[in-house]
Amino acid sequence: MKSFTYERATSPVAAAAAVSRNEGAKFIAGGTNLLDLMKLEIEIPTHLIDVNGLAFDKIEPTSDGGLRIGALVRNTALAADERVRRDYGLLSRALLAGASGQLRNKATTAGNLLQRTRCPYFYDTNQPCNKRQPGSGCAAIGGVTRSHAVIGSSEACIATHPSDMAIAMRALDASVETVQPDGKTRKIPMADFHRLPGNTPHIETALASGELITAVTLPKPVGGTHIYRKVRDRASYAFALVSVGAIVQRDGTGRVAVGGVAHKPWRVEAAEAELPRGAKATATRLLAGAQPTHDNQFKLALVERTLAAVLAEAKG
Amino acid sequence: MQKPGDLEISRRDLLIVAGASVAATAVASPAGAQSKAIARASSPPVVSKVSLSVNGATRDLELDTRTTLLDALREHMHLTGTKKGCDHGQCGACTVMVDGQRINSCLTLAVMHEGSSVTTIEGLGTPDNLHPMQAAFVKHDGYQCGYCTPGQICSAVAVLGEIKSGIPSHVSADLTAPLDVTAAEIRERMSGNICRCGAYSNIVEAITEVAGSPA
Repeated sequence: MKSFTYERATSPVAAAAAVSRNEGAKFIAGGTNLLDLMKLEIEIPTHLIDVNGLAFDKIEPTSDGGLRIGALVRNTALAADERVRRDYGLLSRALLAGASGQLRNKATTAGNLLQRTRCPYFYDTNQPCNKRQPGSGCAAIGGVTRSHAVIGSSEACIATHPSDMAIAMRALDASVETVQPDGKTRKIPMADFHRLPGNTPHIETALASGELITAVTLPKPVGGTHIYRKVRDRASYAFALVSVGAIVQRDGTGRVAVGGVAHKPWRVEAAEAELPRGAKATATRLLAGAQPTHDNQFKLALVERTLAAVLAEAKG
Repeated sequence: MQKPGDLEISRRDLLIVAGASVAATAVASPAGAQSKAIARASSPPVVSKVSLSVNGATRDLELDTRTTLLDALREHMHLTGTKKGCDHGQCGACTVMVDGQRINSCLTLAVMHEGSSVTTIEGLGTPDNLHPMQAAFVKHDGYQCGYCTPGQICSAVAVLGEIKSGIPSHVSADLTAPLDVTAAEIRERMSGNICRCGAYSNIVEAITEVAGSPA
């Protein structure tokens, strides 16, 4: 690990300003992904601003009947919150399907959204990677691509976003609240928060330099049956090959977001109109335009079958 | 990762720097010459102070900011019960409890724990006065080589606390119903602790006994 200077943030705006002033600076909260990447010298910050002391650790009701989740709420605390378990079961289920008990105790809500891909070529610093070193090429393309994206990818990058939580947040129409270095705040809908790779796969979110996540807000509960189904190589503590997060209403309508297939949580609102007609119709629309590789074309069938299992479970 | 050639170069550079430092020491101010040599060899370390409580005792440390909580425990406080396995949060050998919650001590910086209260395996029990979980691991042969065991035991103690406080898991059938300590619950919750010897079934038996329910 390269050496770095360290400070504890005293206010959100001061922390945002400090990061925007210093190109080598990064925020650190849970640190479970950042420190892993720093040990491998994939991330090489010269200055860390520890935001753990900021007061973003509460889950509070909003005026419109939703919930405001502080950026520093740990994954365990969020999954276990009584209101989340009762009204946003999809979010609890997605969180509990991810990582290990130890990691969930440390990882934060904001950090979970900002975690980097687990593409093995991103992790191998001997390989070219446009995400790690812009312009160097993509070793995954033409490589072993069983775990990679099947839709929304580009000639520069075929990595997936690894978060389970983000799939639930996308299906729940969550928004990401931020503060900028000049003190201005904004709300970014989850649909716009993560980016497709295009020619700039190293730019993964809509956040500007120094912009700090303060909270993630959930709209008021929509009812329905909440299901998160994750298919992976091990029964626990593994990233998704494919995951399906769904909210299904009694009349068969609903919402669905899919993980493990793209550079961001994959949701196509138009495809949800097909839900009453079943998994095949929905998956066909959801994955229209997919460009799988030989190694990962199984994911197309797996999405459809996992969605079929989810819809069957929702019917009870 | 470095290629073999790179490694040769860095070794030679290191020898040159070390030699220069020894030569300079003989004729000039030792401290100045050494720090100059170190600065040439790598980025200079940044040192920061941190004060935390470990197993009930206050520890005031001055550490390179890069020091993980794991390395602070092992290398600076000489509490070597906590083990370094993968050093990347994948194996759980480094599991300790911080402010009552189990975490991977390899994936957190010591300087981030100003005022924290840390419990390691040394703080759970002693050879003469084992924690019930330690005694159960011995009784049920919940280990072979023992390297993962301190992490397994810290995790296991925390798992029973998590179930008691009503935190659901991936295998809990109902998110809002009271939780039972079943083998399935224990296995899911312990999945962040890898045992290369494969003592899992005995580990589950040990935890089940401490939880006070039949296996």
